[in-house]
Amino acid sequence: MKYNIQMVGVGGQGVLLASMVIGETAMRKGMDVTMSEVHGMAQRGGSVTSTIRMGDNVISPLIPKGGADLLLAFEPIEAYRSLEYANKDTYIVANTHPIIPITVSMGADEYPDLEYIIEKMRSASSKVIPVNATEIAIEFGGAIATNSVLIGAVAAVKGFPLYVEELKESLLYRVPKKFRDMNERAFQGGYQAAMEIMDQF
Amino acid sequence: MDDIVAESGKLLLLGNEAIARGCMEAGVSIAATYPGTPSSEVGGVLERVAQKVGMYFEYSTNEKVAMEVAGAAAATGLRAFVFMKHVGLNVASDAFVTLGYTGVRGGMVVMTADDPTAHSSQNEQDNRFYSKLALVPMLEPSTPKEAKDMLKMGFKISEELGSPVLYRTTTRVNHARAIIELEKIPEIEQRGRFQKDPQRFVCIPAHARLDRIAQLERWERAMEMAENSPLNFVEGEGEIGVITCGVSYTYVKEWLKGVQILKLGFTNPSPEKKIANFMKDKRFVIVIEELEPFLEDEVLRIAKGHNIGVPVYGKRTGHLPRAFEFNPDIIASLSELVSVEERKLPLDVEKIALPRRPPMLCAGCPHRGTFYAAKRAVGKKEVVYSIDIGCYTLGVQPPLTMGDFLLCMGSSIGAAGGFSKATDQKVMAFIGDSTFFHAGVPGLINAVFNDHRFVLVILDNRTTAMTGHQPHPGTGRKHGEWTSEAIKIEPLVKGLGVGYVKTVDPYDLKGTQAAMKEALEYDGVAVIIAEKPCPLALKKERRLTKGQYKVDQEKCNKCYTCVEKLSCPALFRVGDDVVIEETMCIGCGVCAQVCPKKAIEEVDQ
Ligand code: SF4
Ligand code: SF4
Repeated sequence: MKYNIQMVGVGGQGVLLASMVIGETAMRKGMDVTMSEVHGMAQRGGSVTSTIRMGDNVISPLIPKGGADLLLAFEPIEAYRSLEYANKDTYIVANTHPIIPITVSMGADEYPDLEYIIEKMRSASSKVIPVNATEIAIEFGGAIATNSVLIGAVAAVKGFPLYVEELKESLLYRVPKKFRDMNERAFQGGYQAAMEIMDQF
Repeated sequence: MDDIVAESGKLLLLGNEAIARGCMEAGVSIAATYPGTPSSEVGGVLERVAQKVGMYFEYSTNEKVAMEVAGAAAATGLRAFVFMKHVGLNVASDAFVTLGYTGVRGGMVVMTADDPTAHSSQNEQDNRFYSKLALVPMLEPSTPKEAKDMLKMGFKISEELGSPVLYRTTTRVNHARAIIELEKIPEIEQRGRFQKDPQRFVCIPAHARLDRIAQLERWERAMEMAENSPLNFVEGEGEIGVITCGVSYTYVKEWLKGVQILKLGFTNPSPEKKIANFMKDKRFVIVIEELEPFLEDEVLRIAKGHNIGVPVYGKRTGHLPRAFEFNPDIIASLSELVSVEERKLPLDVEKIALPRRPPMLCAGCPHRGTFYAAKRAVGKKEVVYSIDIGCYTLGVQPPLTMGDFLLCMGSSIGAAGGFSKATDQKVMAFIGDSTFFHAGVPGLINAVFNDHRFVLVILDNRTTAMTGHQPHPGTGRKHGEWTSEAIKIEPLVKGLGVGYVKTVDPYDLKGTQAAMKEALEYDGVAVIIAEKPCPLALKKERRLTKGQYKVDQEKCNKCYTCVEKLSCPALFRVGDDVVIEETMCIGCGVCAQVCPKKAIEEVDQ
């Protein structure tokens, strides 16, 4: 078995932390893991990507186009930008909260309508799971927990090789003690939100 | 407790963390660097743990100095590790090439972290050629696990040969993560002893000639070692041969089918007999490596020398690209030659226009104020902006568009001098504090000495921000038992004889602009030091006192001066309104000074 996750987002959103949580869970479960992340310039608010591969004999740190089993996007247009990594069986978990790039606030580029992006994504794939993770996180205590909401959502994805409890445990291990409660609730919120959508598939 | 110094167990480590751990397991006594991505995290770990394990670790002023520090330590019989990004080796090459002559007594490994695709660099040079230039043996790991193992092998090889070893990684090894098994950390040797041998270590011409002969003898022995090295091995069966190295091996291994692989880890000197034997009975051979056809040319040479007529495919035949890093999709492009693992088709997605998302200066970055003030001071005049390497390079993007010329670390000052002699244009140079100490000082001395005329702005944010906030001579250093005082830039610059020197606060736009105006009038070299700590560094150290600004929608007349001229990422348009994102704003107050309607105000918290 090999399972490939492509994660995308914007610098500062905690993409790398989330990928560590997933990677470490897989390691504790005894799976082989390879990962690769983009650093450097991208930390200053640019696009960030991370690839996680788990299972037997995973060696290469990157996956081919169409090679993801799961695409986890922290931001809607970054999700769209990365659709080339998905195939018709790929589950696409996408945060619907936009982060407006500087090119847009300066008026050089335009940010497409959110509904339009999701509709376009859905016309390409029947496995899109839009989650307003930022809103859910705010509901449970703060935008900072967006990360946990998305990890929770991932735990709900069909065929995802790690169990809900295992993921939650790794997540809580990584967050400071005083924020554990809030993150646990955020995680649960994400899990439920994704489950509800998945039930409709 | 820091997991990375644990005695045993398994960790999910970044390649660079695995390399740092490898240093501990190899018993490295001395390590030195100048921070550069993709090598920076090695220093991050060593800074944290060096004292605990009894290693000496320093951030040197530049890579050449780091090479000299490590080279001297290795001459005393200690194990020394020096690491840098690929372009850093250009800076250090002077010391490096001659170290290839003197050789070493203790093991010395030189890491060059190459950056195919130039993810965070000014070029994508292939540093494997340095191993040919300096006749220094080279190893190339493919994965984080190999990175640790090979580093330890590198020290053994270095000691056996008495030569430094070049250890070449790429971004996809440095920034890949894998499960790493921790092995024993030995007692680290604290003190070496330098036994004098001027004939070997003092490279005057007469001695260098002797060293050259000794070096060539070492090279012969290295050739034997490469032939027998377990780092070079054959895998699988098939009449089609693939010769590969580095991260390319991982793509070959997972996605090419029915080939026999010769995987090389000890890549220079190349194992000539092994390659010839491997090729002999093949239908054809494909050489798969990133960047230059380094191995491919070796393979062609070896085939010719051994009268082997087997066709060789790769970059020279146009089957593989010479630019940018590889990925599994590039392997798929070989499907006309060889069978490739079946893959699922990517989604058929309609192309829609998506906004670009370039990296940019952080919210509250002091450089934004400096650049804004400079633009205002310059006004309509035409000025050539000579820029340098660091976060502030991002100022080249609109709306600041601050940057006309950039070559390498420190080049802003030298080039400004050149422009001032070659043209009648006004010139402004920008350099960060760390970069100033790295390679800026000689340029400034040159400018004073040769009567250049330009304004130099030193963007002093009290850290090395771009690579993750490492210390430098201008910040001083606290490291366990020892501390060093910060070297102050203003008296240093004055001491060089610069006639106009002024320190300003870049959050104060008026004051900064006024100083810049004065400096532009000055006939000679004028230096402005724009001093304000990087807020991201302050945040990390929990020293940031955050303020908060907001836009008064009543007063705002929607002129959009703030978003269009300043581009703070915390500040953007929502419909017609301009809003400030409170989680991002740190309250520097620069936007408030830019707003012509005084519509941006501080919020009491
Ligand atoms: S890290 Fe510091 S110096 Fe670099 S862009 Fe951000 S605020 Fe500015
Ligand atoms: S005060 Fe203005 S310029 Fe400074 S961080 Fe906040 S929004 Fe950006």
